[in-house]
Formats: sequence, C-alpha cells, structure tokens
Amino acid sequence: MNINQLTAHEILGLIETKKASPREVHDSVLRQIQATDKEVHAYVRVHDAAVGAGEAGAPPVPIPVAIKDNICVTGVETTCCSRILKGFKPPYDATVIRKLKKSGAVFVGTTNMDEFAFGSSTENSCYGPTRNPWDRSRVPGGSSGGSAAAVAGHEAIWALGSDTGGSIRQPAAFCGVVGLKPTYGRVSRYGLIAFASSLDQIGPITKDVTDAALLLGIIAGYDDYDSTSADVPVPDYTKALVNDVKGLKIGIPKEYFVEGIDPQVKQAVAAAIDVLKKCGAAFEEVSLPHTEYAIATYYIVATAEASSNLARYDGVRYGLRRQPKEERKSPLIDMYEETRDAGFGNEAKRRIMLGTYSLSSGYYDDYYLKGLKVRTLIKQDFDNVFRKCDAILTPTAPTTAFKIGEKADDPLSMYLSDVYTISANLSGIPAISVPCGFSQEGLPIGLQILAKPFAEETLFRIGYTYEQNTPWHKKRVSL
Amino acid sequence: MNQTTLQKYETVIGLEVHLQLNTRTKIFCGCANVFGKDANTQTCPVCLGLPGTLPVLNRKALEYAVKIALALNCKVNTFVKFDRKNYYYPDLPKGYQISQYDKPIAHDGHVLVTMADGTVKKIGVKRAHLEEDAGKLIHDERANASLVDYNRTGTPLMEIVSDPDLRSPLEAYEYLQALKLTLQYLDVSDCDMEKGSLRCDANISTRELGNNQLGTKAEVKNLNSFKAVRAALEFEEKRQRDVLASGGRIVQETRLWDEAKAITAPMRSKEEAHDYRYFPEPDLVPFVIEEGAIAAVRGAIPELPRQKLERFIKEYGLCEYDGNIIVADPDIAAFFEACAGIYRDTKKICNWLNGPLLQELNARKTGLKDIRITPEDLVAIIRKVDENVLSNLAAKDTLKFVLESGKSVETVVQEKGLAQVSDSGALEGIVEEVIRANGNVVQQIRDGKESAVGFLVGQAMRRTQGKANPKMIGEIIKKQLSVQ
Amino acid sequence: MTKIAKNITKEDVQYIASLSRVHLQGDEVERLTKDLENILGYVHKLEKLDVRAVEPTSHVLPIHSVYREDEVRPSLQQAQATALAVEAHNGFFKVPKVI
Repeated sequence: MNINQLTAHEILGLIETKKASPREVHDSVLRQIQATDKEVHAYVRVHDAAVGAGEAGAPPVPIPVAIKDNICVTGVETTCCSRILKGFKPPYDATVIRKLKKSGAVFVGTTNMDEFAFGSSTENSCYGPTRNPWDRSRVPGGSSGGSAAAVAGHEAIWALGSDTGGSIRQPAAFCGVVGLKPTYGRVSRYGLIAFASSLDQIGPITKDVTDAALLLGIIAGYDDYDSTSADVPVPDYTKALVNDVKGLKIGIPKEYFVEGIDPQVKQAVAAAIDVLKKCGAAFEEVSLPHTEYAIATYYIVATAEASSNLARYDGVRYGLRRQPKEERKSPLIDMYEETRDAGFGNEAKRRIMLGTYSLSSGYYDDYYLKGLKVRTLIKQDFDNVFRKCDAILTPTAPTTAFKIGEKADDPLSMYLSDVYTISANLSGIPAISVPCGFSQEGLPIGLQILAKPFAEETLFRIGYTYEQNTPWHKKRVSL
Repeated sequence: MNQTTLQKYETVIGLEVHLQLNTRTKIFCGCANVFGKDANTQTCPVCLGLPGTLPVLNRKALEYAVKIALALNCKVNTFVKFDRKNYYYPDLPKGYQISQYDKPIAHDGHVLVTMADGTVKKIGVKRAHLEEDAGKLIHDERANASLVDYNRTGTPLMEIVSDPDLRSPLEAYEYLQALKLTLQYLDVSDCDMEKGSLRCDANISTRELGNNQLGTKAEVKNLNSFKAVRAALEFEEKRQRDVLASGGRIVQETRLWDEAKAITAPMRSKEEAHDYRYFPEPDLVPFVIEEGAIAAVRGAIPELPRQKLERFIKEYGLCEYDGNIIVADPDIAAFFEACAGIYRDTKKICNWLNGPLLQELNARKTGLKDIRITPEDLVAIIRKVDENVLSNLAAKDTLKFVLESGKSVETVVQEKGLAQVSDSGALEGIVEEVIRANGNVVQQIRDGKESAVGFLVGQAMRRTQGKANPKMIGEIIKKQLSVQ
Repeated sequence: MTKIAKNITKEDVQYIASLSRVHLQGDEVERLTKDLENILGYVHKLEKLDVRAVEPTSHVLPIHSVYREDEVRPSLQQAQATALAVEAHNGFFKVPKVI
C-alpha cells in the first residue's frame, strides 16, 4: 500500500519511528493528485510545497490536508467555487486554518464544492463537477464533494469540509470515508464563508474514526472572533476511542425507514445495528415526529440566511464586477444586477430568490418565522429522544451515489436527498457518517450516528467500536 | 396664508437622532473609532465585511447604550438581540446593516425640555437602539464615479427616536438642545453635528386642530445643524399648510433640505419601495442585561442637566435664567460649584461666569477646559473687588490677563498695576485739584444738583487712570465740599 | 391557520429578483418561476402545523452575552484594503456614480 493510502494516525506512527518523513508523505499525495485528479477533479487549486509546510522545529501533526474552497487561507484564492469570488485572496486565515498551521499541517490544495455549498453533488461548481473515485460516472455527493473525493482517492490524508445540511456526511457516505459535523459552536466559523450562519459547521473528512477524533481535536474550541462558538472545554477525543458500547442505548427513529430508502441502504444499516447489538449496545425504536417537515424548514431557514449572507457580493469591494453597456436603471444598480447575474450560478440564484421571498414583507410570518418555529419542534424531538437514548442511528443518505446529471434539472429531488442529514443542523447536534458497506454496484454506504450537543465522544466511541468489528473502513478504492 | 389658516392647523414633528458613540474601538471589530484619518486606513476584514468574517459586540458600546437609555428615562430591555436590515448601497459592505428591530435596548422614555416660553414639556422617547454606522461616499464629478471610504463603517451608533410630541420647529430645536446637553453630560459622544457624530432626520406632518389622527408625514433629511433642522421644518410646515389650505394632499416622501436655496425638495429616486427584510442576526447571540449591570451603569451616570438645574436653584438660590446658562455647559457648571464651595455670594459668581467669563470664552471660541483659570482665580478676583482692591473695570482686565498669561491673580494685579489707589492721602490731593479746576460744577452741587458729583468723580478717576475706588472718591468729594 | 400565497407569478419573481439585485435574462424568469413554484409547493406542507404557541429558534445553543473588550486591534494598511478592490482610486474604493 502506498503511504498516501494510510490514515493520519498510521502515518504519524511512521514519522515518529522515522520510517517515513513528512516530505515523503506530501510527495506521495502530490503524485497521486498528478496521476488521478484530472479525472476525479477533487481539487480546484493545488499548492506548491510552500503553503503551510511544517518545516520549523518538529511539528506535531505534519499531515497533508485538503481544504474546501470556502475556508479562508491568507493569500490563497478562496472562491466558494463561484465566478463572483474569482480572484479573491483573503488577507486573513480562518481560525481552523490558524490552528492547523500551528499543528504543523501541510496544505495540499483547495477542494471543489457546490457553489457556496448550495448542493448535494458538487455539480454546481463554476469549475465543473468532481467525480466519485469509486465510480467516475457518479457524483461524490456534496457540497464537500471535493474534500471527500480527495480523501477517498488518496489525494489527501484528510480534509476539512463544511456542513450546513449534510455537506460533510453525505459526500463522506458516497465516497466511503468518515465525515463529522460537530455540534454547532464546537468549531469556530471565523473564516468560513457563510452559507447559512445558524447551521454551518466546519468538520473533518477522514479515512477512519480515529483520524476524525484527531482532526477535531486540532480545530475545535472557543474563538473570540466567533461569538457563536461555545466556551466549552475540548476533551482529548482520542480517549473516547474504545472498543466498547456496552450500556449505551441507541435509538432508531421509525420515521427514517420509510418510503424512498434504497433497500440496499436499509439492509446495510440493519446489519450495522446487529454488529453493535452484538457488541453490547441496546437498541430501541424512537420517534422524531416532525421529521417530515425538516426539509421544508431547512430550505426556508437556510435560504433566508443565505440570501442575506450573499448580499455582500455586489461588485463593489472584491471579486467580479460587470457593467452592462446600456443603462437600465442607474449605473450603480445596473452594475449590481449585472454582476450578480453573471457571477452566480443557477442554484445560487434559486436559493437567493427563495430566501429573499421568505423574508420579504408580507411573507415573513408565513415562511421565515414559521420555519424558525418548526425548527423549535424539530429540536425538541431530539431533546426528547436524548432524554432516554445516548445516540440515534440512521442511514446517512437514502441512496448511494447517483449519476452525474441525474438530478441536475430537478432541484427539489436534490433537496430531498438531504432528508437524513439536515435535522442535525437544524437542532445543532453532532453527527458522524461512517462507512457501513457497499451496494451490489460497489458503491459505498454510510451509517449516520447522532448524539446530543457536545457529545462527540459518544459518536467516536460508537463509530470506533463499529470499525473495530467491521472491515469497511479499510477498503481503499483502486485508481 | 392668512391668520385663520394658521390657527386651523397643528404641526406634528418627531425626530430621529443618530449618535456616534465615542468608544475606543468600533462596535463589532477592534479597529480604532477615530475621525478624520486617511481613507480606508481604519478598516479590517470584519468591518470591510469580507467573506467569512464575523461580528463580536464591543462591551463598551452596549454599556454606553444602556447609559443613554437610562439618562433618557427609558425602560431597558433585559433581553436584547440584533437584527439584519437588508439593503444594497456601496457604503454598506455586507449588504445589510446590523441593527435592532423588535428587541431594542430601550423604549418608552422621555426628555424634559424647557421651551422658549419657559414652560417645561415632556417629549417622549419611543425607542433607542444600537446599530453600526455605514461608510462614507464621495462623489467624484471628474471621474463620473463615486468613491467609498470605509473608515466610518462600524462606528457604534445609537438611534434615538422621539414620539411625535413636538408641535413646532422651535420645539424641535429646543428638544435637540436638551437632548444634546444630556448626551454631553454622559460623555458618550462628541455630539458634533459638523463631524457627523450627531445627525438628525425629522418627520413632520400637519393636521387640523382638534384632529387626533396623524397626517401624512414627510421625512426631511440632510439636516446639518440644529439651525438647519429648525429652518427646514419651518419651510416644511408652511409648505404643508399651503398644500392643505389649497385643498391638496400631502404625499408621503423623503425630502432633502437644500441649505443654499433654503427649501426642501423631494429626493430624486428611482428606487422601489423599501423592503428591509429584517431578521435575527445569526452571527450574534442575544444579550441578557442583568439588573445588576443596569444598576451599575445607573450608578455611574453623572448628575444630568435638569437635576443639576433643580439642585442649583435649591441649594445655591440661583434664578432659573442663571441656572440654565450655567448648566448648559457641564464644565461651567462644575466650575460654578467649585467657586460656590469657597465663596458665598453665588449671584456674584453667576454674574462673573455668565458675563465676563463667557464673553472671554466666546471671543476666544474656546471652552472652559482649554483655558487657564481655576475657580480659586475667579474667586480671588471677586474678593479683590469686594475688598476695594480692584475696580470692576480693573477686575475684568485682571481676568483677561490671567487667561492670557496663566499667571496668578496676585501677580497679574501687581505686574499690571491694576490695584486701586486706596491711599486716602493721595486721593485727597487729587480731589482738591479736581474741585479747584471745576468751580462752576462745585457751584451747581452747592445749588442742590447732587448728580453733578458724578462728574467730579469721573474727573478724579481720569486723573488716577481708573485705579481709584470711585466710592472713596465720592466720599472724599462730599467731605471736602461740606468742609468748605 | 396560515394562508400561503397560492401561486408565485412572473411578476413576483421579477420583484424578488430586483430586491435581490439580480438581473434575470432570457428564460431565467420562466425557469425560476417554475422552480420556485415547485419548491414553495413542497414547503406548503408546513401549513399542516399549528405553531402559534411555539417560540422561534434563531440560535440552537443557549449561549448569550458574548462580548469583546473595547481594545484596539491593528487595522489593515490602506494598500492592503484597497488591494482587494475591483477598482481603487487614491485609497478609495471606486464605484459607478451613485447620484
């Protein structure tokens, strides 16, 4: 096995025992990118060795990391894969980047995504789609599809993604890797280009649960540049990596196993439940009665915030500017409208329009306010379950990776594919996706585990136990 | 417009005041909150609204806001949140302004205003909230473009909205004076309209007397001084009455005051109706203002002008007129009290403060803080008048020299030789000369024209170059004449 | 219960586009009208819920009162700030004329 196919914790062991150097690790990743990224297209920018390379002293974690194109790195073009931000080089680091730099991380490059994280397939990128390393006719999921494909395709050891409605977990599931959305407020959002501020979280995409625990330990913590980050101590997450789930009570929500779920996915999750049962976990059917309203609620709340967050892309200060030849309204308004029409893709326009609509005068109470209220009900559903359960177990996505172009013309069906992931964002709880098998076509299937706020350790414990008793996390795609 | 039309209508005015708070840093980032620097030198990724950046509230800004709220007798909301007000303009970097919509810091307060006729009127403060200021646009005619400076972006602003309780442009003017004075006492802002640290928009409507419904209002903007507020409202009041009197209707609109032409005119606008799409700011958590914190801020509020006025009247026996002048400047009020602590006759102190000292300050276009005189100096001057060492005239000169040189009163009196000649021997001689030289005047006095004594006193004063004590001279003249 | 607009019209879409400062061209109006109609049609399932007694959730965590102290942090240099600008002029950001 090439070194770039190993996990970060395995590589750290090799570096510690001098069996490998950080340089070799980085080189093997770069070689892989050179060999396969033309086809996978996980990256939109690959850095030369200079960015963040941890030469000084003995950096503790000199692991090559891929960064989603919506996390700001000083001096590195950061565009959210949108034409409107072309050329934007932030003069500041996101807090997670600052922490990674301190850890000695090596920045490999910037990964592809759906424009402004609007999508579940990484097809809505101004740089073109990313392909799933397991089947290049299929999407890698999204919006962090580039990060998930980079990790699955050995083009990075681990990566950062962002998750607003499943954008880390769903691509992790589609690509057969681990993806964690931390508790809202666990990781600073400073420097994460906002999609929906009350839902966005940065999180790790890794090859196994141990790496997820390690990477979260590096990026988590209170940040005085983000008032919504939580001032809660960061535990040593590696201590939660125990092969033992005895005494844990896990809920299975009945609303998650109804129409629309692929039988193979259902079967894989049922098998996972059996594994964990054998390991000593107790299972119980639970109810999350407002599940059917989650997608509608999500698309109201998320698009409303997005419509406002994206108002700053107006051609005045940075990024794209267009001026029509003929005056329509006034030179200024024409510039705004032309810039935004040319700069945003279809899905971005759809969401901006939908969000603007639900905030506009006369509709606010029926849409946005109502969305916030239903959000309360959805959150209460989880509170109720977590009163008696330590965790909830569900599929990550109702299907395996779909074909490129399959849902491109039907935004609603694309939205519906987020059915299992968005509730965690609406209620702020942590959730992880771990590989739990493959379909007959050889496509990865993901298992989602959810826990109460700041109980990431529970996710790691269950995920780790599951890994120790199954082979899936060791499967590597051959490219 | 004839008299009956005038009596038929009533003017209703409400004012929106925007006040820049003088915190050290901006409201949501650590950039210095300073005025007059080179363009775009006081900005950072946060106040430039660069992607991914987040606001964090300046604790001091909220504290100042609570201070203002309490000083304006408002109810302070213990649960406060921020909202986004969405609109596009080049001076607004995020495409929204962080403001407060339904949970402002404060509501339902009032300001007591002494109107021109001496009556005291209670003007309601509907609400007061905290928000961020926008940048500044400059119009470059030559380049056929506009230029943006974001230094001002993110300056903490307090918006203070009055109830429509004002009934004339003059009342609006008096309200602004009273409001500004209160804010100056709090030391939370420069309150300088020229620098834009205090700005005012006015809503004005007209209705028939006796009608309790509000008429259609016009919003008047571009008011750059209190005088402009008054002048614009006077213009607008007349315009609205003329429209109504001629059977027309008032249109709801924004009008700009044109200082040069002294008119208001509708703002040229192709814009659609405003739809600000307010919603809770997800990047800022709510704020709970604990009772204890409110009490602490309340404890730190200095005595406000109206309380001070009432106390000065009671404690120092000032008349309302003197009191108003003295409290109109917190520095003068403090100076007065320091003087009153070491000198009993407060009327005399007032006369000196409101007369010669204010004249000197006005002549120098400066404030009390920037000049070199202590309360002890002023009292020393007054005492020297009491003790007949200085004449009133010499005392005023002494004040002037003390201000100019910063030297002590004693030194100035000595160096300039301002002390009165109180040596009766010397004065006797001078009076003798004067009597000898003015025989006919002396005759008039003897004939019973007592007032002619004044002429002789004047002559004697001239001979002493004003240094003599005129009272003493008068006595000596009378004594010498009666002897003869 | 909530009454929700029956249909979204092309005029609605034009109005929303202008509020959003997007100039829609070609068949964009038509397509977006159809898309929004579909999505809003789906969203209408919320009508079934009575939420009159429910408090809205804007923040999922019970965090409140997070401040920074009033301490100056360094600003960007003028050149750093305007280096981002699409168009800059003498230290200012230059935009099409506003008035």
